[in-house]
Amino acid sequence: MKYYNKLIFELSKQGRTGYSLPQTCSKCAGTDAIPTALRREKQPELPQVSEMDVVRHYTNLSQMNFGVDTGFYPLGSCTMKYNPKINEEIAAMPAFAGIHPLQKDVAGADEIYKGLDQALAAITGMKHFTFKPCAGAHGELTGLMIIREYHLSRGDTRRTRIIVPDSAHGTNPASAAVCGLDVVVVKSNANGLVDVEDLRPLLDDTIAGIMMTNPNTLGLFEKDIREIASLVHASGGLLYYDGANMNPLIGTVRPGDMGFDVMHLNLHKSFSTPHGGGGPGSGPVGVCEKLVPFLGVNVSGFNGNFGVIMRAYAYILMLGRQNVKLCGKLATLGANYIKESLKDVYKLPIESVCKHEFVFDGLINDGAREDKEGACTLDVAKRLLDFGYHAPTIYFPLLFHQAIMIEPTETESKETLDGFIEVMRMIAAEAAQDPDILHGAPHNTPISRPDETTAARNPILKYWDACAC
Amino acid sequence: MSKVLEGLKYSDTHEWVKVEGEIAIIGVTDFAQKEMGEITYVDCPDVDDDVEKGSEFGALESVKAASDLFSPVSGTVTEVNDAVVDDPRLVNDDAFGNWIIKVQMSDASELDDLMDAAAYKAFIKE
Amino acid sequence: MAGFQYFPHTEEEIKVMLDRIGVKSLDDLYADVPADFLYKGEYDLPDAMSEQQVRDFFEGLAAKNPKLKVFAGAGAYDHYTPAVIPYITQRSEFLTAYTPYQCEISQGTLRYIFEYQSMICTLTGMDVSNASMYDGPTAAAEAMRMMVAQTRKKNTVLVSNTLLPNVRGVIATYAKYAGITIKEIAQEDGQTSKASLDALIAQGDVAGAIVPSVNRFGIIENLEGMADALHSDKSLLTVYCDPSALAVIKTPAEWGADVAVGDGQPLGIPLCYGGPYVGFMACRRDYMRKLPGRIVGQTTDKEGRRAFVLTLQAREQHIRREKATSNICSNESLMALWVTVYLSLMGPEGMKQVNDLCYQRSHYLYGKLLETGKFQPVFDAPFLKEFVLKPLVSPAELQKKLSDAGFFGALETEDGYVSFCVTEKRSYEEMDALVESIRK
Repeated sequence: MKYYNKLIFELSKQGRTGYSLPQTCSKCAGTDAIPTALRREKQPELPQVSEMDVVRHYTNLSQMNFGVDTGFYPLGSCTMKYNPKINEEIAAMPAFAGIHPLQKDVAGADEIYKGLDQALAAITGMKHFTFKPCAGAHGELTGLMIIREYHLSRGDTRRTRIIVPDSAHGTNPASAAVCGLDVVVVKSNANGLVDVEDLRPLLDDTIAGIMMTNPNTLGLFEKDIREIASLVHASGGLLYYDGANMNPLIGTVRPGDMGFDVMHLNLHKSFSTPHGGGGPGSGPVGVCEKLVPFLGVNVSGFNGNFGVIMRAYAYILMLGRQNVKLCGKLATLGANYIKESLKDVYKLPIESVCKHEFVFDGLINDGAREDKEGACTLDVAKRLLDFGYHAPTIYFPLLFHQAIMIEPTETESKETLDGFIEVMRMIAAEAAQDPDILHGAPHNTPISRPDETTAARNPILKYWDACAC
Repeated sequence: MSKVLEGLKYSDTHEWVKVEGEIAIIGVTDFAQKEMGEITYVDCPDVDDDVEKGSEFGALESVKAASDLFSPVSGTVTEVNDAVVDDPRLVNDDAFGNWIIKVQMSDASELDDLMDAAAYKAFIKE
Repeated sequence: MAGFQYFPHTEEEIKVMLDRIGVKSLDDLYADVPADFLYKGEYDLPDAMSEQQVRDFFEGLAAKNPKLKVFAGAGAYDHYTPAVIPYITQRSEFLTAYTPYQCEISQGTLRYIFEYQSMICTLTGMDVSNASMYDGPTAAAEAMRMMVAQTRKKNTVLVSNTLLPNVRGVIATYAKYAGITIKEIAQEDGQTSKASLDALIAQGDVAGAIVPSVNRFGIIENLEGMADALHSDKSLLTVYCDPSALAVIKTPAEWGADVAVGDGQPLGIPLCYGGPYVGFMACRRDYMRKLPGRIVGQTTDKEGRRAFVLTLQAREQHIRREKATSNICSNESLMALWVTVYLSLMGPEGMKQVNDLCYQRSHYLYGKLLETGKFQPVFDAPFLKEFVLKPLVSPAELQKKLSDAGFFGALETEDGYVSFCVTEKRSYEEMDALVESIRK
């Protein structure tokens, strides 16, 4: 990766063009015929560049980026698995890309929705899915709306509180708030699992339900799920399954069988569609039979992210009934392999078999001494970048101060995991010897650590903000 | 060691209060600014807003955290310190020298629930 | 075990790995799962397909889709996609990256988002843009939430009847669960009624209003006086816009708006049966801290080089949890790149020409359709690429004639009109053929 310092605006030359359009009609009125009161005063300050300027500029930008195709990306809770290339070709087929969202009787596209609905139902044990949500958090919100609709349909207007474990993804409480629900936090016990004794007294007729991530954000399976489900159901609440951590269960355990009533899936995590630098994703929501009447909740403009939905369906067809059984197991194998290979140099707060991911609580020996601060989790993460690895998720979950959350995925080979383990051990050795090596990292990336405080104190959020000062 | 000033009142959410007649001058403690790290933004209420003892009136933000500010007394905001809004660094530089809001108190007896310097010192040692 | 190209493990390697972990089998890794939750049945999925079988399967489905020339809009517009865009957006360094959490190896993503934010600001005239939202309708719903949060104690949002039905629909969904009251601003001669707006403001409790700049009839609205009316009530104005049209028509900032939202789809994103698209959201600097979603900012690294980072994160769900401005976590980054490359190629002149082409061709079709005697005009107001007519035959019959001739258009509106949309992609020959199919 090399540093490249241009912005597209800086390549602009008055009068240069990068577009190719039909000729306008010289005898006909154009937009100048629109009344002046309705027209903008000045043209927008868009760049004026040639086609090759554009291609070179964005190619140069891409070379400062790290993707799954570049190298190992063990970002916990993000399931950065390989994105099959055939899916890209399928999503670009003109017979799909050219369909207007309001067209009716689009038999080919409609079969994709139907086929994926059946496949996801088979994998999760849910009855049906809605594909309107555009991302995981959007799915959470949709699922919670369905839960509220269910209670309201029964005249049960008091259930406006939702239970969320303290280890949950930040989106859970945020989605609940957007849905108009008050969040009640249930604590984790010493084993990192939902504390059933803490849960019991929280359950009354104001509780709409509970949001669970299973395995949870520590990568641990919530063993007491049967008891939790029966307690929540007995009190009249519903169970929501946060599908962000579905990957280890694919082909082994179905949320529907565990008693969950509503769930979302992240097609960009569990079903191999590319993350695209932060999106587009897709967050279909599945429900059990009694909630099917409420699936129609209207949360996005048209039919959801169809392009993403196609890719996920293609992936599932290639998995088929044969390969699906290994998907979750191989992901779990990789995570446990890394955990066991590193737990003598990184603090493992909870000794137990994990699922697709696990959490270390910083280095065992951070190299701290009288005159020197030790290396923290941020330092480890930044040092990993020097060796060509993406960093794990850091400082989440909030249960530990130095959390390092590692998730390999089933598409990574043993050699890749061995390489990562070796580098993680080397970094631990460096920290013990001289933490300053880590404090200064990264050393080999296009930029070094940026000044985030100044960025937040004096926000420069568009090209012209910087020119003004 | 965090600084604690004598003669001020303290809340368990790390705000300090200096009383001038019926006006409570409110800021955050040195301990609080240290916990936050470099403060990037101070979110304040508007003048004439009502505040209530124990409920939030604003927030401090750093790059990776946000912490709500809770009012130690009830009343009406009479003044907001624009200097700290413009330059949040001031709170890091001198937390006791840079107040955040002034409140016309509606019930001065609420001050009795707050800690004095000695009690607050013991509180942050825990 | 038969090989599968996405799983690299050999049987020997699996054994070695299990040994290191200290268990005997893959099943032992699930010993903590209650036995009856382990799925023992056969998954009800098709047999695994090869790559060629999957390709054939989708080609078979593709053949079942009707292939129609699109003369419809209603929130999704068939503009041309330059070849450069898919070429750039398919670069795996962009495609297979995630949210730029590690900025030192994500400067590519961060820079294009910064460029995207800048372009949205110059199109809308606003000071600050976020890194993008799911789509236009959800961006409008977020604007509703933002206005209520900003004005604190007020809880009613006014929504113009001339907004697209899918925008109003999503706003209504979000409002229902957030407990926000929605009141509809009436329509007058195909535009948002200023009198109705004033009357609703007078009823009190108004946090803000959402109105379109180009509305569901294709009309370019005159929003004169609306911002003033709202601001003197300490309420806010959000304008929902078509970003392609903003290259020529008055910007939300020029109308005095506080927030601008819309869908970036008309900026070269294929129709793709409704998604993925990209919502945009921009506002005045005063409201920057209430803006939902990711925001990229410029700073320097330790060597003083220009660098870009995710900033103002204290607004977001991973820090604020239930107190965050929104639950949104992702953005539509790749689609934002799509839009950024499009606007780079087009520049101000290309955008002007696209709008001129749309204007000329849609007005041509408008005239030709009236000449058939099968329609009556409805509104006398300026339009850009989309318009409505009152049909003298049933809309269903019209639509049937069109689709038989290979066209998709004459969408029926809630008022009983039919709408047509003409982009630069539609030729005069196609328009003549469409008119001919109706004349028959």
